[in-house]
Amino acid sequence: MFKNKGIAFKLVLFFTLSSAAIFAAIFSYNYLVSRRMIQKGIEENSANLITTTTSRIEVLLTSTQKVPQNTAYLLENTNYDEAELFKVIYAIVEKNPEIYGAAVAFEPYAFDRTKKYFAPYFYRNGEGISFKYLDRFYDYFHWDWYQIPRELEQPQWTEPYFGEGGGVLMSSYAVPFYRVVDGTRRLTGVVVVDISVEELRKIVSSIRILRSGYGFLISKNGTFVTHPIKEHIMNETIFSIAEERKDPMLRETGRRMIRGETGYSAGSVKSAVTGKTCIMTYVPIKSNGWSLGVLFPYDELMADITNLNHVVLALGIGGLILLALAVVFIARSITRPLTEMADIAGRIGTGDLEAHVPEVRTKDEVGRLASALDCMKTSLKDYIREITDTTAARQRMESELKIARNIQMGILPKEFPPFPDRKDFDIHALTIPAREVGGDFYDFFLIDRDHLCIVIGDASGKGIPAAIFMAFTKTLIKAKASVSIETGVLMEEVNDELSKGNPADMFITVFCAILNTATGELRYTNGGHNPPVIIRRTGDLSYLDGPGELVVGIMEGTRYTTRTLALNPGDGLFLYTDGVTEAMNAAGEIFSTDRLKDVLATCADGDVSAITACVGGAINDFCKDAPQYDDITMMAVRYEGTGSGNG
Amino acid sequence: MKNRSGQREAVGKVWAGVLVCLVVILMTAAGYGQPALKKITFIPQWSPQAQFAGYYAAYEKGIYARHGLNVKILRGGAHRPSSELLENGEADVGTIWLSTALQKRSGGVRLVNIAQVAQRSSLMLIAKKSRGIRRPEDLEGKKVGLWGDDFRIQPTAFFKKYAIKVKVVPQSYSVNLFLRDGVDAASAMWYNEYHTILNAGINADELTSFFYSDYGLNFPEDGIYVMEETLKKDPAAVCAFVNASLEGWRWAFDHPEEAIDIILKYMVEANVPANKVHQRWMLERMKDVIIPSGSDRAAMGVLKKEDYERVGKELKEGGLIADVPGMDAFAFTCAGYVQK
Repeated sequence: MFKNKGIAFKLVLFFTLSSAAIFAAIFSYNYLVSRRMIQKGIEENSANLITTTTSRIEVLLTSTQKVPQNTAYLLENTNYDEAELFKVIYAIVEKNPEIYGAAVAFEPYAFDRTKKYFAPYFYRNGEGISFKYLDRFYDYFHWDWYQIPRELEQPQWTEPYFGEGGGVLMSSYAVPFYRVVDGTRRLTGVVVVDISVEELRKIVSSIRILRSGYGFLISKNGTFVTHPIKEHIMNETIFSIAEERKDPMLRETGRRMIRGETGYSAGSVKSAVTGKTCIMTYVPIKSNGWSLGVLFPYDELMADITNLNHVVLALGIGGLILLALAVVFIARSITRPLTEMADIAGRIGTGDLEAHVPEVRTKDEVGRLASALDCMKTSLKDYIREITDTTAARQRMESELKIARNIQMGILPKEFPPFPDRKDFDIHALTIPAREVGGDFYDFFLIDRDHLCIVIGDASGKGIPAAIFMAFTKTLIKAKASVSIETGVLMEEVNDELSKGNPADMFITVFCAILNTATGELRYTNGGHNPPVIIRRTGDLSYLDGPGELVVGIMEGTRYTTRTLALNPGDGLFLYTDGVTEAMNAAGEIFSTDRLKDVLATCADGDVSAITACVGGAINDFCKDAPQYDDITMMAVRYEGTGSGNG
Repeated sequence: MKNRSGQREAVGKVWAGVLVCLVVILMTAAGYGQPALKKITFIPQWSPQAQFAGYYAAYEKGIYARHGLNVKILRGGAHRPSSELLENGEADVGTIWLSTALQKRSGGVRLVNIAQVAQRSSLMLIAKKSRGIRRPEDLEGKKVGLWGDDFRIQPTAFFKKYAIKVKVVPQSYSVNLFLRDGVDAASAMWYNEYHTILNAGINADELTSFFYSDYGLNFPEDGIYVMEETLKKDPAAVCAFVNASLEGWRWAFDHPEEAIDIILKYMVEANVPANKVHQRWMLERMKDVIIPSGSDRAAMGVLKKEDYERVGKELKEGGLIADVPGMDAFAFTCAGYVQK
């Protein structure tokens, strides 16, 4: 997937991703823990808040309850007349500012045998206190405040209701009281006091949680008694809200509330004011079975931690960006020289050795690579300069070799047959020069009509000096050769000339012979040269014997002997240089004089050109691909005679 | 069904509102030069709630005006029995329970049923299963909350049918006595108190419900009535009212949310506790009662002979009427006026 992407990309990707993963893990953990801490804090704080609130409500309710309870006790245990009863009821309203109204309602005919309805009622009316009888039109027997305590035979707080006229929301506490008549305990009536729910509303509305949190009070039926939304009060129950919202969880919470349970509902309740998710806690008001609910707006509770998380998140993202930038920077510092070096290596590969290797100051791997590349470049450069120099030298040498060969070839007679009009002898020479001229030479020329001079030699050393030395020797021999001169003398003179100006101590082996074509007499001198082979007409082969004399050009005044050999018509001579006998094959064996003799035996009866070709071919076969180190030169001469008359 | 605040109406305020509406309607009608609308005063038998959604909708949506009527809806309540208003001429048309109307007719008040809107009795008895009441027989010896007068006809017959003796506790305007276990069973209207109890936190599966209609005691309740002389004087207007009212009901069933909003508006004006979910429930139940499943929408408002005879028989057996009046004289069918 990322095969084609650069190192920088991979580094950034993997560093950033792994750092992001670490950061996300830390962030999540931090968020969860801090959220749990906040929730715990809420639970503790709300417990305090709710305890305070409910105890304020309880104080109000229980202090109110005592009044009708005491009155009921009084009515059960004392005798009273109407005036006393009125005084008691009036005092209840007068002395208890929280009580809106109070009544003592009697069972039919219980107070006065003539009256079905008897219920004196004192109630606050503006600044004063008013009075009225609750009569048959009001029909108090059917009202909750009367009927419920009557049926249940115990004091009861009523559901909230709107009071007469003013629309004041009230709740009544009613206590049934009894008299024992004829041995049975009979209900006499109900003492009831009304209180305004306004006081409760003030207590509950003092609950202010953050910006939008609130408290509410529901009655035993789930009806809202206090709520920040006025329209909810008395019109809605927690269950109708649950139905409206299609929220069975809220209904279940409501059922718990009206059962008097204490609870905590996390995250499932929506604020009626803001519609946001809230944590709701609820506790019962034990006196009247109502329930206090408090909503904690979740997002506001979490505002601090949310803000903190935003900052942490921003820092984290900022850090990741910085990290990515740092990685990019580092990666670039690695890859930029690498890229450059790759380019340069490419350029070097194509031969551009002038490419500049970037300077890397660091001692790290990149630095080492750069210096290695630089070193490689320098070495290559040196090497190539060397090669260039060597090549130039070789070219020079080769041109010298060429010159030397030109000299060699230029002075050797190459035209065969050289004397086409002469039938009394035949001569053929072949030279195969080595790559580096070896200094071999041969020559033949007619001194006069009957004297043929034959020379073969091999100068010491190689190259131009050898070629020049050889040329010089050949020229000297040709210049000094005459009919009257003996070959030994000729050799001595040549030796003296060469010896004089020869500071390099060069020398040359020379075999020089003069053939009298009229008689077949061969006079010769061998100056350190390989003995030629005599090829008799009969097929006998023999090396020309006689002690070898000193090579020419090394010592002035050296004496050379002139020897004589008689050739019969058909006899011949095979001359050669050491390049023939010392020709070496790949196995290190030399061609040798014996092998030469064997070869000559096979082709001695052919003409001179056939003999040289035969030997040349044999050497070639022997050496095969082995390199030739020395010139190979051979010359075959056959004396044919002047005719039968002379023979 | 009844509640304390229903008695404390801001009567003046609402009258003013109604008058303003009437004036506006009259001026509009006059401005378009249409024939003068026939004035009809209507009294529902209780304060505004979805039990009368069809009439308020017909009024608000101009259906009455479209039928050539200028209807004025009076505010009903516990102390303004609709039959009395019809008797003394304060209202031309009103809704009355069939059983009530039969008794009145039997007592000489010449009321005529012009439409039987409710086809099924909504009156029921509710008990808590936790009090061990699951069958009618379980009510033996229990304290049962009963409303007065006409509300006792069915329960009395019911107890007689099962030979049960119960301790009757007069039931007040609230269901609190029942909720606090002051009684073992209580009376309820299906469309009203039953839902109030559900919305006081008691689940339906915790309740045992006895529908009188399920026990051969189906007393169809709300019907539309006029005095005989009103009908004689202008049967066309009376039938226009019936048709427009039934159309209003159909509209309300088709547009429940809008109809509920109309009702809530009247409830707030009347200063009675207004609860949207409760009114929605009530409208849905009214639909069940007015168009029982399987019955034809077009056949709305018909008083069935068997229902009439059943109610008459029970009333007679209960000693509430001497004789069952003839149905022909009691019920007038507006079918002939539908096309008008």
